[in-house]
Amino acid sequence: MAERMGFFTDTSVCIGCKACEVACKEWNDVPDDGFVFRATSYDNTGSLGADTWRHVAFIEQDGRWLMSSDVCKHCTQAACLDVCPTGALFRTEFDTVVVQPDICNGCGYCVPACPYGVIDRRERDGRAWKCTMCYDRLRGGMEPACAKACPTDSIQFGPLDELRERAEARVERLHADGVLEARLYGESPDDGVGGDGAFFLLLDEPETYGLPPDPVVTTRDLPDMWRWAGGAALTLAGAVAVSFLRVSFPRVPFLQASFLRRR
Amino acid sequence: MARRQDEMVPEAGFRSYYGQPVIKPPIWHEPHMPAYLYLGGLSGAASVLAATAHLSGHERLGAASRMAAFVGASAGSVFLVTELGRPERFLNMLRLLKFTSPMSVGSWTLAAHGGLTAIAAAAAVTPLLPAPMVSRILPGCLGGRVLPFIGDASAMASAVTGPIMATYTAVLLADTAVPAWHEAYRELPFLFAGSALASAGAVGMLSTPRAEAAPARASAALGAVMETAAGIVMESRLGLEGEPYRRGKAGLLMKASRVLTLGGGLLAPIAGRSRALTALSGLAITAGALCTRFGLLEAGRTSAADPRYTVVPQRERAEARRLTVVPDPAAPPP
Ligand code: SF4
Ligand code: SF4
Repeated sequence: MAERMGFFTDTSVCIGCKACEVACKEWNDVPDDGFVFRATSYDNTGSLGADTWRHVAFIEQDGRWLMSSDVCKHCTQAACLDVCPTGALFRTEFDTVVVQPDICNGCGYCVPACPYGVIDRRERDGRAWKCTMCYDRLRGGMEPACAKACPTDSIQFGPLDELRERAEARVERLHADGVLEARLYGESPDDGVGGDGAFFLLLDEPETYGLPPDPVVTTRDLPDMWRWAGGAALTLAGAVAVSFLRVSFPRVPFLQASFLRRR
Repeated sequence: MARRQDEMVPEAGFRSYYGQPVIKPPIWHEPHMPAYLYLGGLSGAASVLAATAHLSGHERLGAASRMAAFVGASAGSVFLVTELGRPERFLNMLRLLKFTSPMSVGSWTLAAHGGLTAIAAAAAVTPLLPAPMVSRILPGCLGGRVLPFIGDASAMASAVTGPIMATYTAVLLADTAVPAWHEAYRELPFLFAGSALASAGAVGMLSTPRAEAAPARASAALGAVMETAAGIVMESRLGLEGEPYRRGKAGLLMKASRVLTLGGGLLAPIAGRSRALTALSGLAITAGALCTRFGLLEAGRTSAADPRYTVVPQRERAEARRLTVVPDPAAPPP
């Protein structure tokens, strides 16, 4: 197993050039996702999806711009991977989460399972797609296309431990410079998904960027869910058994219902 | 600066990226997915009914329930396969058995259950066919002695896969990031089990002579009460996350389901000799069960599409943790 690799996206230096979006599309041959004028901001890709693996969000606030290049978080505890029934989604030697297109049968379960709304089904070919952290490039010893193309180093690629240290230092620096709203998102291994393989430095609340404030991998509750389902299954069997009981009641007219009468 | 202040506390009480959803809505289609949920549940509960009917000597009810279990499982499988983005790859579902994936567990359960109910149903219809025809299809004593035995054994075994069939779909929905589904993971299995039982009871009483249908009527009533009770508890326990079950199209479907299921269920045991009332009750229960499934899918979509349902509960959770875990550095030491 190689070292765990990841992305640190420092949104404080993002200039919204979308070089990452373009590089990703070029390298991974991701089809057109429609060139939409959304009338909200400079954003014309909207959100991550089957045909958008890097998405630059634009938030126009009074006196400042927030720009952030979103991507699959390559969760430590990945809901998409947990629920995938075919094993198409798997964890690579770099600890990233990748879909194998030759195995995915398009069941669509990973789509609502992802707490970040990342993975989606491409209806044209019926399969699920998302960022692979350029698995092919990684295997060739190269960095992912988006990180390579980013002109400001807003997208940094490297061993996750190293990135976490670098990110801590960056937040301290920003705080010292008076940017008190700077905070890390997804860096903590103690969060609801065990930490993100792709984490961020944000300048506002995560929900402003369209990110969930406290995502949790729902498979955490799975044992509990099965227990409740087990209870319901036993209740079902018990109710059927009760339905077959032939109870004899005194001849009270009110209780003449056919199922209560001895046959 | 004033505007920044406004943005911090907007009217809706939460912030989002231009009101866009945070999570992706379930992409499952209508009628495929709700139809599968109904048919799978029907099949699961009907197999339990069939096995119990066999044990207690209700042979007509047993045979009818075996047929219902078989038809439910096979028609359900068709809906399930056509729902896939790549239907020709449906066998990839059985590439591995993965306990973290309710869909994997469900696929294996369906495969086993479908096979068992098919054998049980085959054994149930064979005696109804003309003897020369049976002996032409099945060699020797297979039709006479072996098939009934295997059929009964399969019917008994399907009483084990049946309750899983009727409830795993609740875990399937609950194990997603969709707030209305995940937060309801305690009640959903009971809702599904109740609805499945009512559906199987309804089919049983519609397809069996009155003299043998009493257990089916009782099942229909018990199932309807169970589904209604689970639904009431669910909606009262869930706070904001339960809102999609009460509003809009999903709200209408859930209300219709409540009225039809409970009305039909309570009518079932007292319909007595009246064919018309029995039919009314059975059809109402069936319609109610379908409304439940369509309503659940619709509520899930609404719940995913509005960022409020994702952001507000998570923000509250995060705030609560921040207040409890991180001590105020300015506070004096205890
Ligand atoms: S962000 Fe979503 S798609 Fe990416 S690894 Fe996590 S659960 Fe899977
Ligand atoms: S759509 Fe494909 S990748 Fe997603 S859960 Fe189904 S088989 Fe796995």
